Amino acid sequence: MTVHIPSALRSYTAQRSEIEVAGGTLAEALAALDQRFPGIRFRIITEQDRIRPHIRIFVNDQQTFDLQSTLRSEDELYIVLALSGG
Amino acid sequence: MPSSSAAGHSPVTLLIGTRKGAFTLKTDRARRTWTLSAPIHLGHIVHHIVCDPRDRRTILMAASTGHLGPTVFRSTDAGKTWKESSTPPAFKKLSEGEKGRAVGHVFWLTPGHANEPDTWYAGTSPQGLFRSDDGGVTWKSFSYINDDPQYIEWMGSVQDGTPDGPKLHSIIVDPRDSTHLYFGMSGGGVHESTDGGKTFAPLIKGMETVEGFDAAVATYHDPHCIRLCPSNPDRLYQQNHCGIYRIDRPSTEWVRIGRTMPKKVGDIGFPMVVHPRNADCAWVFPMDGSTVWPRVSPGGKPAAYVTRNAGKSWSRLDKGFPRSNAWWTVKRQAMTHDAHNPVGLYVGTTQGEIWASRNEGAAWICIARHLPEIYSVEAASLGR
Repeated sequence: MTVHIPSALRSYTAQRSEIEVAGGTLAEALAALDQRFPGIRFRIITEQDRIRPHIRIFVNDQQTFDLQSTLRSEDELYIVLALSGG
Repeated sequence: MPSSSAAGHSPVTLLIGTRKGAFTLKTDRARRTWTLSAPIHLGHIVHHIVCDPRDRRTILMAASTGHLGPTVFRSTDAGKTWKESSTPPAFKKLSEGEKGRAVGHVFWLTPGHANEPDTWYAGTSPQGLFRSDDGGVTWKSFSYINDDPQYIEWMGSVQDGTPDGPKLHSIIVDPRDSTHLYFGMSGGGVHESTDGGKTFAPLIKGMETVEGFDAAVATYHDPHCIRLCPSNPDRLYQQNHCGIYRIDRPSTEWVRIGRTMPKKVGDIGFPMVVHPRNADCAWVFPMDGSTVWPRVSPGGKPAAYVTRNAGKSWSRLDKGFPRSNAWWTVKRQAMTHDAHNPVGLYVGTTQGEIWASRNEGAAWICIARHLPEIYSVEAASLGR
């Protein structure tokens, strides 16, 4: 599937905005992403496996908060920066 | 070992953490001209940036952003290049259904003892104590306190902390003994270990609390900044939510020394700075802690205060500062000193200015302005 990387995280991906990863769940996809770009997952997900307060994740056009959400290979995964003040 | 000291009369570099990134200000040996760097990690919230006095080349930066989780950036070439810690401070993962804590930001960094060259300590919000034994590459919970029910009770809830979250700060390593440690929690009191962190115990006797709260309970104490005197490591000073204190070990009782401050100014503030060679000398930067806690300079008239007799009396140091209508203040990590003689003092303001004094506070000049809100200032003597 394709993971769309927001600008704030492209320092991890050599400025690439789209990354192809494999994984049957959101947790597996993020683990695969972190394996290629070490450290990126912790900026998105807390040590308690929760999406950080000002991050949102969409699978296609559906927002998800569940790391066990199942994914298909054709899904588009969007990591989005939510508003967080000035 | 004070993390903020700059050695001898070598050129001083100020390491500045702000709400929008880090900066450096470099000067010559005379401390007369200052050169501001470009922003480092622009947009990151930098709570603390500290040079390792053991090698003078390693710099650690506690950073997060409005969106992304916390991390620690490291430089091993005196700030030329930066890499991220591979394992930033993080609490233990608890099983589903349990209320596990997550580090919101790394707030405080302290280099370890001179005999432990790669050791660093970090304090976080919510309160956690972490240690790195590899120069900041990887971090682990240090001691038992992050998971201890008694300590978690003393730490209180998020609502018991400061507006930006409860913080563990003022991690101090006794320069004579690497196993002798102190730290402070806002809120949660002052704590000490004499066995390398195997055990910690509150050190709160003599400290006052807000009226109506039991001073025997660590939860209700709010130390803002604690400093150990390098010239007499048995003496510590503390700026607290409820006054200025001194303790002379082995006594276990803090003595409130802020009662001799002018009544109109009071003895509330955040930073505390101690003289590198004279344990009777210390500086504070008072703020308005009345009514709703405006957290500005009292009356809009900024001033440092110095004691040269261990707190028996205080003198106002305001020459050069605005005489009125200056509604800024100085956060707990944003006041520091160098090691020159006379000592140089530096404050970073909530309005993004750096003020410097080459003469121990007798006169101040503004050496940088228009920076973002300043969270921390440390003086370093960087190696080449």
